[in-house]
Amino acid sequence: MMHRFVLIAIPYLWLLALFLVPFAIVFKIALSDAAIARPPYFPQFDWVEGIGAFLAELDFENFVWLTEDDLYWKAYLSSLRIAVISTFLTLLVGYPMAYGMARAPEEWRPTLMMLVILPFWTSFLIRVYAWMGILSNEGLLNQFLIWTGLIDSPLTILNTNTAVYIGIVYTYLPFMILPIYSALERLDGSLIEAAEDLGCSRLQAFWLVTIPLSRAGIIAGCFLVFIPTLGEFVIPSLLGGSDTLMIGKVLWEEFFSNRDWPVASAVAVVLLLLLIVPIVLFQRNQQKQQEAEQ
Amino acid sequence: MNRLSWFNTVSLTLGFAFLYIPMVILIIFSFNESKLVTVWGGFSAKWYGELLQNESFLQAAWVTLKVAVLSSTLATVLGTMAAYVLVRGGRFLGRTLFSGMIYAPLVMPEVITGLSLLLLFIGIGLDRGVMTIVLAHTTFAMCYVSVVVSSRLITFDRSLEEAALDLGCSQAEAFRLVTLPIIAPAVISGWLLAFTLSLDDLVIASFTAGPSATTLPIKIFSAVRLGVSPEINALSTIMIAIVTVGVVTASLVTKRQMVRQRRDEQNAERS
Repeated sequence: MMHRFVLIAIPYLWLLALFLVPFAIVFKIALSDAAIARPPYFPQFDWVEGIGAFLAELDFENFVWLTEDDLYWKAYLSSLRIAVISTFLTLLVGYPMAYGMARAPEEWRPTLMMLVILPFWTSFLIRVYAWMGILSNEGLLNQFLIWTGLIDSPLTILNTNTAVYIGIVYTYLPFMILPIYSALERLDGSLIEAAEDLGCSRLQAFWLVTIPLSRAGIIAGCFLVFIPTLGEFVIPSLLGGSDTLMIGKVLWEEFFSNRDWPVASAVAVVLLLLLIVPIVLFQRNQQKQQEAEQ
Repeated sequence: MNRLSWFNTVSLTLGFAFLYIPMVILIIFSFNESKLVTVWGGFSAKWYGELLQNESFLQAAWVTLKVAVLSSTLATVLGTMAAYVLVRGGRFLGRTLFSGMIYAPLVMPEVITGLSLLLLFIGIGLDRGVMTIVLAHTTFAMCYVSVVVSSRLITFDRSLEEAALDLGCSQAEAFRLVTLPIIAPAVISGWLLAFTLSLDDLVIASFTAGPSATTLPIKIFSAVRLGVSPEINALSTIMIAIVTVGVVTASLVTKRQMVRQRRDEQNAERS
């Protein structure tokens, strides 16, 4: 039994030390005051004075500060808005692709699947960077549009929210396609034939049969895009402009530029609270799906 | 259905064009003679040459590779252990907490993971450098490994392990001789996943790397913030090429393995 104990203890202790304890520290620092010191916060935990004295010093000032300063409210709301809109856009682009893949001849499917997965293995940073050269004022998209005569002067796309949406849809597309594809692939084609035999038009059959039967895949895909987008940092900082407010970027700047650790920690705590609801819903959706399969 | 309808053909063509055109453009412009990245000035491989002479990029690439190899190996060991414990460990105190800690890092925003680890390292007075990045990457990558490995452990036939135990193997021997060879493909893909995640990571590395260690993504990010540069295009092209070769090879190998496995099974049934 010694074996089993060691086997459990090693990964357990690792995660306790490097996942749970760090969180406790974030919570603690979120309740501290900023101080011009190293490390720059107060009170620091002092083993001698003990927990009582430490707790007496704690305050919720940073959280009050978050509610008072407009910046944070706006950043949270704008992150939510950007995450919702871009999840929807990703669904619009991803669903037809997943549908086309599921309907493709069987011998094509592994190749199509690999073509979807390949970008996922390629560096995220590089994929975001690739758009910078395309979307800039002198970029290829503007050159192309001017060449075709559609526009006379270049459009400003880079450093706006539009560029952020394009970046998110582009980088998270595989996460949307894969779960929907696996739901559609399992779908029994005879159900659609039955619906058509019973008088449905093709479009009706699609709305009434295909969409409801792929619902689990749609929900999973939407969460897989929504959850990471909410805390996204790289895309808004490379493609977005100075007016693109996203909470991941605010946290980064609060920490690296302002060096205000307590406020950065408080921002992290609130972001985490925002994420709990979608994460729990996602977990429940996955569980339901697993039970349905068994 | 054997033929694609026009709608499906159009949506697949447009979709894959959207996924691949930006990367193709990036690759084409890495061979651009001109310093202006959006104007074509003739074919040249000079940016690759300059890249190879850029000490700081080579240095960063070396650090990145070191971190990725160390952390993915450590993460594979820990993640496989965690998966085994979760699937085969039975009940133990704090099992719910354990499985929660395995799944939580998968959905945690990177900025939070990075921030919390940095605060820990500073709190315990650990000097930031290669070591701290390795610790950070191992922690989140082991969760991915454990998800990949446990999905394989769940589906495989437990009676094989039991047979080995009945035939006189110790638990450790049964694991080494029976379980490990069966879950090996999952362990390998877990390692590959951990390796790429580590190569790729910017946010967590930025928080946990001290001034003494710079990884390639950190380097690229600070260069890219100033705008598009042909050197970064060249570097990106090299990285895309490596990944493409890796993914294609891996999928060919698994395909061959599957074919062989199927043949073995058929032979076994026949005899």
